[in-house]
Amino acid sequence: MLPAPKPQTASPLLALHGVSKAFLNGTLALSNLNFDVRAGEFVSLLGLSGCGKSTALRIIAGLSPPSAGSVEWPTRGMDADQTSRIGFVFQEPTLMPWASVFDNAALPLVLKGVAGETTVKRADAALDRVGLAKFAHVFPRELSGGMRMRVSIARALVTEPQLLLMDEPFAALDEITRFKLNNDLLQVWQATDTTVVFVTHSVFESVYLSSRILVMSARPGRISSELAIEAPYPRDQNFRTSAEYAAYCRRASTALAQAMADDKAAGDRA
Amino acid sequence: MSAARTSQERREHALRIALPILVLVLLLLIWEAVVRINHVPPYVLPGPGLILATLVDDWQLLSQSLLVTLATTVEGFLLAAFGGVGLALLFNQSRLLEYSLYPYAVILQVTPIVAIAPLLLIYLPQPLAVLACAWIVAFFPVLANATLGLHSVDRNLSDLFALYGASRRQVLWHLKLPSALPYILGGLQIAGGLSLIGAVVAEIAAGSAGAGSGLAYRIAESGYRLNIPRMFAALLLLSIAGIAIFYVLSFLNHLALRRWHESALSREA
Repeated sequence: MLPAPKPQTASPLLALHGVSKAFLNGTLALSNLNFDVRAGEFVSLLGLSGCGKSTALRIIAGLSPPSAGSVEWPTRGMDADQTSRIGFVFQEPTLMPWASVFDNAALPLVLKGVAGETTVKRADAALDRVGLAKFAHVFPRELSGGMRMRVSIARALVTEPQLLLMDEPFAALDEITRFKLNNDLLQVWQATDTTVVFVTHSVFESVYLSSRILVMSARPGRISSELAIEAPYPRDQNFRTSAEYAAYCRRASTALAQAMADDKAAGDRA
Repeated sequence: MSAARTSQERREHALRIALPILVLVLLLLIWEAVVRINHVPPYVLPGPGLILATLVDDWQLLSQSLLVTLATTVEGFLLAAFGGVGLALLFNQSRLLEYSLYPYAVILQVTPIVAIAPLLLIYLPQPLAVLACAWIVAFFPVLANATLGLHSVDRNLSDLFALYGASRRQVLWHLKLPSALPYILGGLQIAGGLSLIGAVVAEIAAGSAGAGSGLAYRIAESGYRLNIPRMFAALLLLSIAGIAIFYVLSFLNHLALRRWHESALSREA
């Protein structure tokens, strides 16, 4: 049985205040982004390619500084050692081809100088969580695309992050594999006290996974609407085929279409 | 089905080894026949049999020379390997240093070694000049490839290392060097053959000045004495040395990359 859904606390884990990002070539990627993410939430940033959702994720991770505005971590202790609390999953698995699955998963701990025994225990646990315990000594090239992505997720989980940032991690996978990984991700999310910010361009994926969807419009990237998905967890195949799911998907699609219309209006004005 | 495929593969493999050998034997027979039938004197063109006999008779002398040339080649190669990778690492740490020095590395490379060798022989003692030549020609491919490799790190992996607060040394050790390894090994493979060429060129230049005892010097010396069979025998040894260097480096390359790099994977895997 799946564990019961965990309680969400009211205090935000992180808050974006008026975050804008202009690239060196003058492109305004993000304009005045304001949103909170509460601890324990599963938030999706839904938008078309090029709307700046990946840029927003990189700014949250501290990989790219905002041109204006700020990212705040109201929860105490988050500022002090931010990096130990963030896991990042890229669009590609981004594994080191020269290192075994185990070494890839253990990398964050090795970089932090965590003791060998603890590293082994935690990397094994993370691989076990994504169902790859038996593949620890295999090299990435011997794995399928879905399994590589699992390694990538295990690597992000190995530090037991408070916040997991995922940048269209399943976009390149076939549908069956993607459904499977969606389910596994929800399981991991529920079993740990991780908060997830998930970037996707798939309406169906965002509705299935999220407790809340932030719809983004492009040029410049901004939040155009917000949609709470109040269906209870755990969600499974029944939810995926339910009328409730279909209704949420319709609402999300409408919101996305509205966001695109906003793009066009903004484009016409420019 | 799969058994049929492997037996076909095995036949293919056998042919790939047998055919070149067959061609070699055929060519040698024709060569020998032409020399015997036309009574070509050995100082014009010796037959393969005579060359082999010379190789055996002069083994004492030729093996000594082979060792000298090989020693120079290996020393030049090692200096080029460590110097090239070392300088590439310095370039990678400091852009300013790269901008300042890289053009001179290029100049060193594009100036023909045959033209530099006589100058070096004037300013350096002879063994050192030969070594310098071997180093100069072998150095650049290592530097260029290692520089390229160190710049070819996966951006997302770089971000990942930054996210987890990796130190410069960790980035170098866990990310940059492994990423650059296939490039560095490619550079070393080129450098191996080139250091032999550099050593030979310098020995020839030195040989005409009347010094040295390497294989190339033997070739020059035998040329003056019209000892053509010995020229061929020395040439044969040089070729074998070149082939050996190539295969040793290929083997090291394979050992280092076989588990993960595209270049080392069989297509069926």
